[in-house]
Amino acid sequence: MGTKLMTRMGDGTAVEVTRDELRADIEDGVAAAVKRAKVPPLDDGEVGHLLDIFASQERMTGVPLGDEVVHSCDGSTSLRASRIDCLTDAEGVGYDLCELMQPDYSYKAVKTVVPSEQRLMQEAQYRLTIPVQYGAQADLGRYSKPDGPCPNWSELLPLGRIDEARAAQEEAAAESEEDMVRIGEAMWEAGADGMDFDTSGASGDADFLAVLKAVRRLREACPDMSIELGMASEFVLGMHGELEWEGVRLAGVWPVEQLRLAQKAGATIFGPAVNVNTGRSVAWNVARAIAIIKPCMDVAEIPVHPNAGMGVGGMPMHSFPPVDAGSRVSRAFVEILRVDGL
Amino acid sequence: MGGGDNLGAHMVHQLASGMNGMRTAGDLVMRLQMTRGMRLKEAKAYVADRLGVSVRELSDSVVMQDVRSEFGIGLITELEDEAVGEPTAMEAKFNIAELLDLPINCVDRFRDRVHSLRNDGAGGSS
Repeated sequence: MGTKLMTRMGDGTAVEVTRDELRADIEDGVAAAVKRAKVPPLDDGEVGHLLDIFASQERMTGVPLGDEVVHSCDGSTSLRASRIDCLTDAEGVGYDLCELMQPDYSYKAVKTVVPSEQRLMQEAQYRLTIPVQYGAQADLGRYSKPDGPCPNWSELLPLGRIDEARAAQEEAAAESEEDMVRIGEAMWEAGADGMDFDTSGASGDADFLAVLKAVRRLREACPDMSIELGMASEFVLGMHGELEWEGVRLAGVWPVEQLRLAQKAGATIFGPAVNVNTGRSVAWNVARAIAIIKPCMDVAEIPVHPNAGMGVGGMPMHSFPPVDAGSRVSRAFVEILRVDGL
Repeated sequence: MGGGDNLGAHMVHQLASGMNGMRTAGDLVMRLQMTRGMRLKEAKAYVADRLGVSVRELSDSVVMQDVRSEFGIGLITELEDEAVGEPTAMEAKFNIAELLDLPINCVDRFRDRVHSLRNDGAGGSS
């Protein structure tokens, strides 16, 4: 029986395993990615590198000097201070960019308060040197009744009323696209450095379609605007099932195809997301996430910033991710994938 | 996207792999990625060339403190008397736009608004 090493589960709890068990876990994570996402496996060198990172018993680890990357982010505000104060704090602690957000984090909610959000963006631009973007998510479900104007496809689908459910999603996507374009143009007018379309595809293929169309229109209207397109999960759910964009069926697309679509639409930063399985180890989750995202790195023409916040990209699903686990996630993405940022 | 949903995750990433914004040249590299869609290696090389430093020095907070002060591109200041003589945020962004040959939206709008006020006779000297 080998020496026991401390590692973490996907929910953050500490467990002890042997080095052989850790290797088996990493190989199993890679195999899960290969089976599910139909991606090539990581090679022996990459698996060994991951093993060394996770078997290390130092409290904290990091990338070699000179290999540092930039970090983008979604919302940089919280309840502890005013939103402007939160942004200036983010600059003070070394964020590379920060994001003004409204607590609902939904473009549908933001559209009712656009002028005040514009004024805040203008104020933020006067006070901060680092880039300030505006962010929220398409959040397509909010356009369905009783919260929104469209029939509720989640009620229609179980009743077998498929055509009506599809029509409702198409109607919601059109509304969402208009809102995102209108808000994007308003924030650009207020001096924003860019827009973040976060958690894209959360409501499925219609949600992703709305974002792609909005990004295309904003790119044409504002050529210098930064547009960050971040995903909700590793593949796009086919809630509609028949929607296409630029000849590609959106239901079921994985990160490499999501990236191609984001590039074609005009995004300047792409953020793939791979969800964490809390019942498996962080090493298993990171191995799976890296294998799924790796094909992106060969076809990327724009920066790729994998999502590595709480519950995605292997980062434990906990409000306070342990430093030991989080720093291993960070190092693994940079050293093995050569990401452009996180 | 890095930090995601809580400050704890972002802080860990900053220490493990981050350039760390205005402490170094992280904000400048980020601007190249955001506005030009440049990938990391290309963006770092571009910024290093413009600043006259090596790629490794871009992430060195001691080197970059002097470089940022020399070019007037903004420093993180905590105390009132630290900031004397250093450019404000908007002034720093004017300098960043020129140094990197990069459009910055709020800088362009600020410039247009000032010119507009002058042309309207609403501001500036006679």
